[in-house]
Amino acid sequence: MAKNLLALTGNDAGAYAVKQVQPDVAAVFPITPQTELMHKVAEYVADGVIDTELITVESEHSAMSATVGAAAGGARTFTATAANGFALMWEIVYIASSLRLPIVMALVNRALSAPINIHGDHSDSMGGRDTGWIQFYSEGAQEVYDNLIQAYRIAEHKDVLLPVMATFDGFIISHTTEIVDTLTDDTVRKFVGEYKPAYSLLDIDHPITVGPLDLYDWYFEHKRSQIEATKHARKVILDVADEFYKLTGRKYGYFDEYRIDDAEAVIVVLGSAAGTTKCVVDKMRKEGKKVGVLKLRVFRPFPAEEIANALKDVPVVGVLDRMVSFGGWGGPVFNELRSAMYNMEKRPEVVNYHYGLGGRDINTEQIEETFNTLLEIAETGEVKERFGYIGLRE
Amino acid sequence: MAINIKKLANEPELLASGHRACVGCTGATIIRQVLRAAGPDTVISFATGWMEVVTTIYPYTAWRVPYIHNAFENAAATISGVETAYRALLKKGKIDKKINFIAFGGDGGTYDIGLQSLSGALERGHNFLYICYDNEAYMNTGIQRSGATPRGAATSTTPAGKVIPGKPQNRKDLTAVIAGHHIPYVAQASPHNFIDLMKKVQKALSIDGPAFMNVLMPCPRGWRFPEPEGIDMARHAVESCFWPLYEIENGTYKINYIPKKKEPLENWLKRQGRFKHLFIPKNRYIIDELQAEVDKNWEELKKKAGVE
Repeated sequence: MAKNLLALTGNDAGAYAVKQVQPDVAAVFPITPQTELMHKVAEYVADGVIDTELITVESEHSAMSATVGAAAGGARTFTATAANGFALMWEIVYIASSLRLPIVMALVNRALSAPINIHGDHSDSMGGRDTGWIQFYSEGAQEVYDNLIQAYRIAEHKDVLLPVMATFDGFIISHTTEIVDTLTDDTVRKFVGEYKPAYSLLDIDHPITVGPLDLYDWYFEHKRSQIEATKHARKVILDVADEFYKLTGRKYGYFDEYRIDDAEAVIVVLGSAAGTTKCVVDKMRKEGKKVGVLKLRVFRPFPAEEIANALKDVPVVGVLDRMVSFGGWGGPVFNELRSAMYNMEKRPEVVNYHYGLGGRDINTEQIEETFNTLLEIAETGEVKERFGYIGLRE
Repeated sequence: MAINIKKLANEPELLASGHRACVGCTGATIIRQVLRAAGPDTVISFATGWMEVVTTIYPYTAWRVPYIHNAFENAAATISGVETAYRALLKKGKIDKKINFIAFGGDGGTYDIGLQSLSGALERGHNFLYICYDNEAYMNTGIQRSGATPRGAATSTTPAGKVIPGKPQNRKDLTAVIAGHHIPYVAQASPHNFIDLMKKVQKALSIDGPAFMNVLMPCPRGWRFPEPEGIDMARHAVESCFWPLYEIENGTYKINYIPKKKEPLENWLKRQGRFKHLFIPKNRYIIDELQAEVDKNWEELKKKAGVE
């Protein structure tokens, strides 16, 4: 099959996926570093390339509110945001998943204020980890494209009906150009298929009430049904990935294991830093050091058993978190992962590093140093520091 | 636009009975009047508030038309999404029916927390009607002051205290704020004059583009008056020119009702417990100032409408 290779930034790749999916409605509000994605979508609309109706709202709160309205009206929808914009729409982010609306959102990861900062970290999306959305993290522009396309199939699956956010690191991915292997418009449209919602406000002859008051007599059961839907998503994510693999040859799962089979130390990381870590793994492997990386793609639902199983023979695991859970016992990825390993027969040592806040660079030397610390733990069995920082001035 | 009351009276009721509004609530009356004028091919977006609570306690709903409640401050943004979905699906031939879109918010959800969302949706030109049912305070949470509460009124957050006699600030003229958006249709209405109200709803829905109606909703609990008096309380507000009935169609003002003899505001205030403290001698100046405010606003409105 002839490849259609394009040079795209992460934002361009996101917009290209939107162009090919051609949602009925997109609601947008500018925020760095997401804005270019929406510029592109607006250009596609203005040039008549797609017939998506664009709502240029006056805030992110209204972006999510209008998207909820459009999705409840039976439309296939899209929105995008970052950082403070995500924080502003948070109330409705929770409502979107609770109303079981299959909205797809690109979230371009950026640090939360204050102090105000426009660069990438995961404090925005990780802060929303309990909002009931499915979360994908992308290593590069190719994954932005692939994750957004798959997101529609997962969100709209009748056993799921949950919103999906595909996140990618601000600037590091959103503003750097990569070669992206794209599908044809027809292939993408065939893959996502026609959206046929079971219920719609616009089915005027069959009136429904969306968002009623739900007190102690039913609220809990409705939350339970959301829990079940999230469980169903586990299978659907893999099924869709499988179908996508047959189409593209690109394999996706909950996570990506890279040279971890006989590894003595493994770094678990998500987003753009995974690629850098893989480079370091290759270099250290050449030097005979047994290191590997596990890149987490799906954080919600958290693939607890699968990840525990993948790391069961690894003596030391270093978890890299790009957000702080203030006052918590480590970052969110560390917490989930370590908890997932509690019942294992042979528990690895798990240590936690915070890195990259506010877009602070993480480089190969720092990752190598981190691996060496992990290897030292593997050798001595002694953890000098359970929680550390990478690239921070003392 | 003529209203055939006999015909409309025989149309099916679109807000079912059995909802849990208080005895004497004029809010339910307003909704029924609006739905009767709009008809069944109407989608409703409702802001969080008392009428949202009493009409949709799961597993029951009083709504016989499609209805969505999203949150407190975003009824307008939400309906803008539904209306856009409609246009998108119409274009693709997936829908062919003409559908009305109406958003409801109380004064808290409209004058205050939802103003940005409303302003944005109006500016974007969505084809919908926004109706503010204005009972002049946050009644859902227990009668707190809003931007619509008149000066001097006692509320839970502006009690008639020993030092501060009720709300110190004047109310916001929201209808004028909305008129500043230069949308095709803006109106004030009252449930006591239901023919006028229903005509306005039909006119608003017949116009292409955004429309706004501000409807006074007397609240027996919040205003402290006997339950049977709600509709008359609305009439009295109009007779005193506190709540003029008027409309602005493409920038042209029209007063829909001019009282033969303007009723002194004091007589309207006297009927409501929330203004009781204004009648003690040291606070009477507030009544005078409220009257002066009403007179000034009425004269300004007459000037805008070209009424001598």
